[in-house]
Amino acid sequence: MIEEIFTASVFASTLRLATPYIFAAVGETFSQKSGVLNLGLEGVMLMGAFAAFYAVHATGSVIIGLLAALIVGALMGLATAFVSVTLQAEQGISGIGIYLFGLGMSELLFVRLIGTPVSVEGFSRIYIPVLSDIPVIGEIFFNHNLLVYAAFLLVPAAAFVLNRTTFGLMIRAVGQNPEAADAMGVNVARVRYMTVTIAGTLAGLAGASLSIALLNVFQQNLTSGLGFIAVALVYFGRWTPLGVLLGSLLFSFVNALQLQIGSIGIEIPSEFAVMAPYVITIIALVFASKRAEKPTALTKPFRRGD
Amino acid sequence: MKTRTLLLVVFALVFSVAVHAQDDVFRVAAVAPSATNDLAFSQSMFDALTMIDEEMGDAFEFTFTEGVFVVDDAAVALRDWAASGEYDLIIAHGSQYGAILEELAPEFPEVSFAWGTDVNTFGLENVYAYTAAAEEGGFINGVLAASISQSGILGVVGPIEVGDAKAYIDGFQAGAAYANPDVEVLVTYIQSFSDVPLATEAAAAHVANGADVLTGSAQMVVGPIAVAQENEIPWFGTQSSQAELAAESGVAFQVYRWDVILRDMIANIQGGVLGGEAFVLTLENGGLEIQVSESLDEESASIITDAIATLTEGIVSGEVVVFPEDPMATPEAGS
Repeated sequence: MIEEIFTASVFASTLRLATPYIFAAVGETFSQKSGVLNLGLEGVMLMGAFAAFYAVHATGSVIIGLLAALIVGALMGLATAFVSVTLQAEQGISGIGIYLFGLGMSELLFVRLIGTPVSVEGFSRIYIPVLSDIPVIGEIFFNHNLLVYAAFLLVPAAAFVLNRTTFGLMIRAVGQNPEAADAMGVNVARVRYMTVTIAGTLAGLAGASLSIALLNVFQQNLTSGLGFIAVALVYFGRWTPLGVLLGSLLFSFVNALQLQIGSIGIEIPSEFAVMAPYVITIIALVFASKRAEKPTALTKPFRRGD
Repeated sequence: MKTRTLLLVVFALVFSVAVHAQDDVFRVAAVAPSATNDLAFSQSMFDALTMIDEEMGDAFEFTFTEGVFVVDDAAVALRDWAASGEYDLIIAHGSQYGAILEELAPEFPEVSFAWGTDVNTFGLENVYAYTAAAEEGGFINGVLAASISQSGILGVVGPIEVGDAKAYIDGFQAGAAYANPDVEVLVTYIQSFSDVPLATEAAAAHVANGADVLTGSAQMVVGPIAVAQENEIPWFGTQSSQAELAAESGVAFQVYRWDVILRDMIANIQGGVLGGEAFVLTLENGGLEIQVSESLDEESASIITDAIATLTEGIVSGEVVVFPEDPMATPEAGS
């Protein structure tokens, strides 16, 4: 029975399911570390997913699709930064606005430019000689498309930037004590603009990972709440890329597991099985939050002289 | 002078209202939970209304509000339409709208409402209900799927275990067992009508567990179809034709022809009967149609078409019973 449940395909599925969460949540970590909560991730992901899909549909090039998602994500990030940093709008409300804009605009563009769901030739799986042929290990780790690998490589890169570079130090300073950072000569607004744009760019990439790598289709509301879960995973991960990775893997693993349990016909009510990833995440979140090192200035606009 | 102007204005208003109320145009307003291009539930109704629009020409108009999954939002639209007095028929296309319709319809006894998928008219004289005997097409698809499966394992991805989705999947399982009692049908309900990534992985899990034929219901099946395409395994669809998306893997699609019952509703309303009746799409009344994918080669298409014709005839005549152990098992709650 255990062998039937914990198969290589379950772990491979875990990595695939985790990919968009990692992109989006690591990006959101940058944003929140600097003090800006971006609840609009879901909308940015939708716009990124559509931009990538449309570009691939029009040109046949996944590279152009990827660039389109990155550009659209960055622009959405800039728009979010303008509202949150320059206009100093309430971040929760403005984030919902960005989400609704992304939801509606991606749907409108899809209906006008594509019309009906069609598939595209997205990123194909990469065969790695020798490694892909290793039994079990090869299926789990070395049978994925480029964006899956990119997501996992992003984690140490993000951790390095946040913890080992001057830019990372500025981000943390701006998120913990913007007044002190400002007094030390750090341009708080510029740092926040950069982090929110990074978050937007990675959210666009998260959307692209769905529409031109994992699913190769686009449909209205394709992300289906995934962006909001990514925001929760940042809290779960205690504002660290490694924590975000662990949270994404846990959530995705439980999801993959419930799908496997359903597939092999183990008699568990499907409602309970589907609920399981959320319940486990909430429980983990409760324990994680108690020890969390939340950025002190999170959601607080910075006004020089306040 | 002022009096004359006032009289002219009043006359113009009364005249325009009278003309509007007595014109021969049959107006329909419909609200649906997903997009009109979802290749599934909402598209099936939109296509049907479009078909009737083409048939009736200037004598028919319809407005369609899509993507209204939130019931409260739909309630606002339904109330506005009813209060406007402009529509001869207001359709709430989704079983989640039943409760608001039950509350709304008595307030507007002169307006005709329809909702589905369900068979409950709430005992109201101005409410029609409609549903699809999706188990019939599910049965046919199940027979075909079991017949072409090499592994003897079939994969099914469903949304929530209710309504026509459940009816279709139950019918599919019955059909598979009818064709091959040893066949194994793997069924996963993902508890969502729209979670494409989860539906995709559910289909991938079935394939990893040996399924070599896939099917599913609701708008999130675009994901499982992509899995079928990628793995080059057959796909069977329902609700709408998915032939374009499943260009290489599609075999057969059960298509809901709501136009069949809409014509009856329109005729009833024009005859003064505003509701009180439940309609069911069946193979017998032509409301359910099994379409064969054009991508199949000529020989395969011919064999599949013959098999569909034989099974359809058997179900219509009663020689083939979809649920022999539970012949009353028809859908009661909609998708």
